[in-house]
Amino acid sequence: MVHWTAEEKQLITGLWGKVNVEECGAEALARLLIVYPWTQRFFDNFGNLSSPTAIIGNPKVRAHGKKVLTSFGEAIKNLDNLKGTYSKLSELHCDKLHVDPENFRLLGDILIVVLAAHFTKDFTPACQAVWQKLVGLVAHALARKYH
Amino acid sequence: MVLSAADKSNVKAVFGKIGGQVEEYGAETLERMFITYPQTKTYFPHFDLGKGSAQVKGHGKKVAAALVEAANHIDDIAGALSKLSDLHAQKLRVDPVNFKLLGQCFLVVVAAHNPAVLTPEVHASLDKFLCAVGTVLTAKYR
Repeated sequence: MVHWTAEEKQLITGLWGKVNVEECGAEALARLLIVYPWTQRFFDNFGNLSSPTAIIGNPKVRAHGKKVLTSFGEAIKNLDNLKGTYSKLSELHCDKLHVDPENFRLLGDILIVVLAAHFTKDFTPACQAVWQKLVGLVAHALARKYH
Repeated sequence: MVLSAADKSNVKAVFGKIGGQVEEYGAETLERMFITYPQTKTYFPHFDLGKGSAQVKGHGKKVAAALVEAANHIDDIAGALSKLSDLHAQKLRVDPVNFKLLGQCFLVVVAAHNPAVLTPEVHASLDKFLCAVGTVLTAKYR
């Protein structure tokens, strides 16, 4: 059973309120594909991923990044029920998409770096700790239905 | 995993940009690591880990100096950190998983202080470099 203090929830929702989901999502996914190039294996149909510039400018990467981060937003609305929120998506990532759950952890780490770059000193150590906890729990929830 | 010429150049440029602040970055990296990953505190039962701790600052300086040394000898990180590698294998025996955690926190510190420097390409190079350092420090473990 996940436990969030009121302060932790505030650190999450307070920051999330200032996030441009489309931009942040696009950047996070692009950086995932650039920093950990083996993650490109899931996106053969995305077209040109041949260079960092191509990846950053790729409209499918942008669109998918937005989709992924929008889903994150759902988690933030349901912090007390991450398992339920991600149940169907977990099945999808296992049965249809065949994504190694390690990739969820990689994306989570990338998202943290993107948030740090965006919010700079406002991304305090306390903030980082809570967000690292959140991305870890999201990764766990997405892996939960794997079999 | 191999550091390309571009990676090496990117890493040197980052440390050039950070300059003398690298010691503060080291301290902040540790501070963030202890808060974000409390299990890492188990390696420092003898430290005062409270905010502003002089011991954490001092240790952060050491960690930063090692990273700088590795960056300055990026063609032979194993050689540059050989003594540190022995120390970690024989005495400190920090579980290998923790180097990744330290690396993540260092990236966050660089991002928070120098977002403009951390382009996606530089982010990739720095991440690879930090992995390489972790690999060297755990290379003699068994």
